[in-house]
Amino acid sequence: MKTKTGSSAEAASSLVRLTGLTHSFDGPNILDGINLSFEPGNFVALLGRSGSGKSTLLRLLCGLDQPTSGLVQVPTERAVVFQEPRLVPWKRVWRNVALGLRSESPRERAIAALGEVNLAHRIDAWPLTLSGGEAQRVALARSLVREPKLLLLDEPFAALDALTRLKMHGLVLDLWRKHRPTVLIVTHDVDEALTLADRVLVLTSGRISHDLPVQLARPRLPSAAGFEDLRVRLLNALGVNQPDDEGKLATAGDGEAAPTCDDDLVLSSRLQEIGATA
Amino acid sequence: MRKPQGPLYNFWQHARRFAVPVILIALWQGVCSAGLISPRVAPSPIGVMETASELFMSGELMSSLGTSLLRVAIGLAIGISLGTVLALIAGLWKSGEDAVDATLQMLRTLPFLGLVPLFILWFGIGETPKIALVVVGSVFPIYMALFAGIRGVDKKLIEAATTLGLTRWEMIVHIVLPGALPSALVGLRYAMGIALLSLVVSEQVNADSGIGYLIMSARDVLRTDIIFVGLFVYAILGLAADQLVRIFERSLLYWRPSFVKG
Repeated sequence: MKTKTGSSAEAASSLVRLTGLTHSFDGPNILDGINLSFEPGNFVALLGRSGSGKSTLLRLLCGLDQPTSGLVQVPTERAVVFQEPRLVPWKRVWRNVALGLRSESPRERAIAALGEVNLAHRIDAWPLTLSGGEAQRVALARSLVREPKLLLLDEPFAALDALTRLKMHGLVLDLWRKHRPTVLIVTHDVDEALTLADRVLVLTSGRISHDLPVQLARPRLPSAAGFEDLRVRLLNALGVNQPDDEGKLATAGDGEAAPTCDDDLVLSSRLQEIGATA
Repeated sequence: MRKPQGPLYNFWQHARRFAVPVILIALWQGVCSAGLISPRVAPSPIGVMETASELFMSGELMSSLGTSLLRVAIGLAIGISLGTVLALIAGLWKSGEDAVDATLQMLRTLPFLGLVPLFILWFGIGETPKIALVVVGSVFPIYMALFAGIRGVDKKLIEAATTLGLTRWEMIVHIVLPGALPSALVGLRYAMGIALLSLVVSEQVNADSGIGYLIMSARDVLRTDIIFVGLFVYAILGLAADQLVRIFERSLLYWRPSFVKG
């Protein structure tokens, strides 16, 4: 029903608060009564299969769509990085970063932001001459220059090659430590979520099915204790069959059914049945 | 296999493109010199060049060209302005689209060269009907292309600009209009071609000056060579119009990778 922006007194404790958030496009609810809040400085990852509604949630948070019902409280200072860089091709790189920036000396600020993403040498380049990684770093600089309290990342590294993606993870973490915005990254990559976030949410059929804190020490390596355990839990939550600790195959079932803990129980008992009959 | 290189090879590559036209003209000259074709049907290339230089020396060619160019220029200026204004109204506002688009789409289907008799009745046989025909011919391609360009601007870019907090005016200036420009330039190219066509038709129906008049009066005295010169001038005008749009593209679409170096 409403999107509230601005730092009101009630939102002082939580930077972002979603209350009974429901959204639909002339059909079944894409988002179905979501209640969530993020604290300032949180790094949150939102996982979900395609069609789970995670992009819809992000569009509501950045104000591109209005919810069918429920309340979205977000800070005015928010910025988005999309999966594609979405740079304006007819503006030089620094002008892209400064676009819509209302402050003194936008050029200097744009150049400083480009320096932070290691692109000081490309400020006068045309966007179409940049590589995929460079273009996405410009998009990152364009959001950072606005000093957002809430930084929304919509699968920002999905289109990059694996090596570039690793570098981008490091860069995003550095920038997050330095500026401390609340970050919400939408992704379908479990490893990415575990490398970056303090808290991982799993969206299943329009509801938050899992909300896991990630208390691993940084820098996080897949070999670290606890990483693999969380990885398996999240993959199962996403319905990807993974062998659990005992080497058994725990599945969350096929199709669109919501994989919940109950489902896991049902399935493991089914596995026992199969084992019994074999 | 090694790819042949060097200045000689480059020359040969360029020469190849011109080989066929040069051979054709040589053949044409040969046939005319041998007396196989009557000069009434087709003058020889050399004869055409001689006539062209005569017309140039007498000043007749340049004054006719000036008159014709002025007609196209005025007609195009009005047509492009009108088409641009209408496309902006229809492209930027939904209510504008409702008001303008259906009407223009209906008018567009009318074969506008058929308007000549009507324009003569309305405007007489002076400059007005000729310029009016150029206006009518050029308005539609500009309108269609710019309208499509505005509506075809990448929605993702619009969304990104929205999240950057651009106002509607900033959106139009920084995103929508530059985004519509490539399409608008295609429209301009069409408009120029059609403007030239309108000029040819209107000048041949009624004119007392201009290239068309030169051609029509040559017909009356059976001067095929002058007709050829006139057609040649029209062809050069077409070529020049195309080059002009290319220059516009190069200077306005500088950000495109094909024009960006390094």
